Amino acid sequence: MEIAFYIAGTVAVVATLMVITRHNPVHALLYLNVSLMAHAMLFYLLGASFAALLEIIIYAGAIMVLFIFVVMLLNLGKETAEQERKWLKAKVWIGPSALSAILFAEFLALVLSSGQAAYSPAVVSPREVAISLFREYLIGVELAAMLLMAAVVGAAHIGRHKRLVLHRFLKEEVEKEEEKHEEMVL
Amino acid sequence: MKTTVSAEAVILLAGLLFALGIVGVIIRKNIIFMLLSVEIMLNASGLAFIAAGSRWGQPDGQVMFVFILAMAAAEVSIGLALILQIYHQHKSLNIDNLKEMNG
Repeated sequence: MEIAFYIAGTVAVVATLMVITRHNPVHALLYLNVSLMAHAMLFYLLGASFAALLEIIIYAGAIMVLFIFVVMLLNLGKETAEQERKWLKAKVWIGPSALSAILFAEFLALVLSSGQAAYSPAVVSPREVAISLFREYLIGVELAAMLLMAAVVGAAHIGRHKRLVLHRFLKEEVEKEEEKHEEMVL
Repeated sequence: MKTTVSAEAVILLAGLLFALGIVGVIIRKNIIFMLLSVEIMLNASGLAFIAAGSRWGQPDGQVMFVFILAMAAAEVSIGLALILQIYHQHKSLNIDNLKEMNG
């Protein structure tokens, strides 16, 4: 079964590489979805079936749909891809990539210098995760709930579309227009 | 299902994915791609947590992954709302256009 692990890892790396180099946002999102599925496969092979489930349902299913909605709302299509092509030149990406590669090489050397034998991943069942989550980590769960609540309220507040009014005399006209628009909607 | 992998291989994979996320954040100018790269990095750290959890047979790795997931969901909802607002005000997603914030 090691071969499945290495295949899934390769797929994850290649898909991630495609995400950061694509010009079209929708293509990048689809590659990221593939990468998330590969991650789910890796989690399953590491004995974390519950995490694999969450990865598919929440990440690939919910968060990516949010991204796709925003890309559709902003109508990012051919022009964006063209602009990205202009922005993503070799002289832009070569420096940061080289520096990141150096950092990764250091990490590689550090990890490889501390030799460890192969192991078989222990299967951690959802039952154990749930017991741990609602016993030792209960305060964390409640804090996560508060974080999500704050995020929902914050997103609703930030996402509200306000008209930019340049002068106070124009404010009344804008308000009248908005009232008219609301009447039309009703 | 019986897999034997070396601990370094999993940690190296997580590190490689994290490095790719960093590169994505640095080289892209479009703010949507930067948010996507942040997601890649969060996933890579989740992979490292789960590898450690399965190495020692403890549920803590998956618990941390659940917390990362909740954090990512909150971050994405706020980030996408901000992106929509930026697009409405500047008609562009280029981060260079946000220089006027003087931050």
